Amino acid sequence: MKATFHGGVHPAHSSKRPTQSLAIRDFVSDTVQIVMNMNIGAPSAPCVQKGDHVKLGQVIGEPVGFLGIPVHASVSGEVVSVEPLPYLSEAPAMCVTIRNDFKDEWVELHPLGNVETVDPALIIPAIKNAGICGMGGASFPTHVKLSIKPEQKCDYILANGAECETHLTADHRLMLENSTRIVDGLRAVMRAVGCPQGVIGIEDNKPDAIEAMEKACQGREGVRVQVLKTKYPQGGEKQLIEAITGRQVPTGGLPIGCGCIVVNVGTCAAIADALIDGKPLVERITTVTGAVRNPANLRLRIGTNVDDIIGECGGYSVEPGKIFFGGAMTGLCLPHANLPIAKSTNGIVVMTREQAKTDEEDPCIRCGKCGEVCPIGLKPLKIKLAADADNIEAAKKLHVMDCTLCGSCSFICPARRHLTAAFKVAKQKIAAQAKKGGSGK
Amino acid sequence: MSLILSSAPHIKTKDTTQRLMLNVIISLLPCVAAGVYYFGLQAAIVLAVAVVSAVAAELVWQVLAHQKVRVYDLSAAVTGLLIGLIVPPAAPWWMVAIGSVFAIIVVKQLFGGIGDNFLNPALTARAVLLASWPAYMTAGYNVGRFDAVTGATPLLSGTASTMDLLMGNVTGAIGETCKIAILLGLVYLLVTRTIRWEIPVFTVASAVVLGAILGMDPVSVVLSGGLLFGAVYMATDYVTSPMTRGGQIIYAIGIGALIVLIRKFGDYPEGVTYAILLMNICAPLLDRMIPEKVYGYKKAKKEAKA
Repeated sequence: MKATFHGGVHPAHSSKRPTQSLAIRDFVSDTVQIVMNMNIGAPSAPCVQKGDHVKLGQVIGEPVGFLGIPVHASVSGEVVSVEPLPYLSEAPAMCVTIRNDFKDEWVELHPLGNVETVDPALIIPAIKNAGICGMGGASFPTHVKLSIKPEQKCDYILANGAECETHLTADHRLMLENSTRIVDGLRAVMRAVGCPQGVIGIEDNKPDAIEAMEKACQGREGVRVQVLKTKYPQGGEKQLIEAITGRQVPTGGLPIGCGCIVVNVGTCAAIADALIDGKPLVERITTVTGAVRNPANLRLRIGTNVDDIIGECGGYSVEPGKIFFGGAMTGLCLPHANLPIAKSTNGIVVMTREQAKTDEEDPCIRCGKCGEVCPIGLKPLKIKLAADADNIEAAKKLHVMDCTLCGSCSFICPARRHLTAAFKVAKQKIAAQAKKGGSGK
Repeated sequence: MSLILSSAPHIKTKDTTQRLMLNVIISLLPCVAAGVYYFGLQAAIVLAVAVVSAVAAELVWQVLAHQKVRVYDLSAAVTGLLIGLIVPPAAPWWMVAIGSVFAIIVVKQLFGGIGDNFLNPALTARAVLLASWPAYMTAGYNVGRFDAVTGATPLLSGTASTMDLLMGNVTGAIGETCKIAILLGLVYLLVTRTIRWEIPVFTVASAVVLGAILGMDPVSVVLSGGLLFGAVYMATDYVTSPMTRGGQIIYAIGIGALIVLIRKFGDYPEGVTYAILLMNICAPLLDRMIPEKVYGYKKAKKEAKA
């Protein structure tokens, strides 16, 4: 039986067609610019200097704070600069730029061996040391996610292979080409937190991936594949949990609050690499598609420049109007292409000028479609009225903080109301208010 | 190279307001065709006057009020077309024009324009015309291919065969007689996901059930008068119907029940118009009555118990 959740939309699934059958290929560029704040939490502290020679996998940024993870050199070569450079956010971000010597000379690696026999207590520290954070887009440090309190019980580890976003095929290709590693990573996580059940959720528009993963699960303890209905946002953490377990994450809480932990399949593979080979997170699979001549699924070193990547894909096919990291439903726009990819960059999508046009808002016609598609069960049109009036209290009462910014309401709105954008702002305002109020007391 | 920066999502459905309104117009074409077929040129003129005056009224209002001209969203065209389809084929052109102008200016624009009116503009126009020119609104159904017998629609006389009722070979408002055409339109609206099935189905079902309880023939309840047209085209108006599914179901049941009650106990058989307008008024209340089901709240309580 195909599992699913309430609400949701069906955005342009055909956008995956250009890349879904393309095998992953490697691309390594001359230089990498590695950002120190790739994960949620405090930026890592650079521990190399200009002129240093670094080996592949060498720590170049030390973790800072509770959510901190180390950052590793993704190529071997010479450090050409350690300085703040403009990045996605308004403030410049500390970056280490390395000129690649193309020797791929690794640091000394400390593999832990078979995921089924390794001491479970060593797994979470190894994940932290490998600098692993959520690779599905959220960048949450994985070791923190897995460090559950003694009183918490984890019944399910869900490997997220839904890949419900438009355009993206990176996880799809990974499941086809590296299915055993994903199961290895899932098993490692299950053993680390003492969880008996591992479920890999995959949408039914990827039958080949379902087959590959089912095969990889054979003979492995406590793991299975759950086929999911193809519907956006099936890969949203809350929706995935609802679809597979029938449970709901308590409001304001974490998935562990309902006995679940969700880990992206790419993250699973990275965990397996960290344990079996001892390799830190230095590369990832990224789908490059849209208005580029040769769309591709590339295995890229962290810090590879987007301009270089576009060049590798044959350049723009027409004048670009918009470029974003991720899929079209939640993607984050780039101000220009001279920026590096991060650990969470699962896609680079180029839109044409025509596609990039933004619509002007029309008056709401109260069709109610926004409420029908909201996977959280909110009333987007009412929240929008509150947000437009800057009535933060009203927006809060209408549960805007439960909004996951999936974009379904904005997608479906016939009047082209900028719903999700307004909720994002409202959520930021409420969060800022809470911070202020908290420190004031 | 300058790139556009915007907040996600970066893609939108093709169904804009304009497209949805166009869907309604397309779905009404069978009714238009049937009306013109049965009632002839006179019906065509009525429809043309209704649409043109509604669109013109909206255009003039928006220009004079220095508002953004939104005639292109086709909502005024839909209102006009609906008004044309719910008046008698022999309605005088000036009365139809007054109806359209009233619907657009008084019912829609004075309350804030598209999305802000709380009553269905076309139906309110019909109610006003009925109160103002009852003679023109209750007679004049017998034109075109029909012998000019003044008066009764089948609802009053109760003489037409089921087949005649289905095909529309009876007297009635221009667009309301041919039930096959209405059902075709309904299928188109459902297939294009312009409307949901709940409102039309529950309206009809509620009327049939209550009618049966009150000893009325279910076939004639459904097929006579404007019930089917009202259930498909009037009750489903986005702006004036509830937005929650639960609210829609209660609303539709209320409409069906009121239609039967007005037909059974009222002094004249104008049930559909008033039933829908009354429920329009209740729509916001119904939405508020439906309990919210927000993700992560209910389950949290359950787990707290366990």
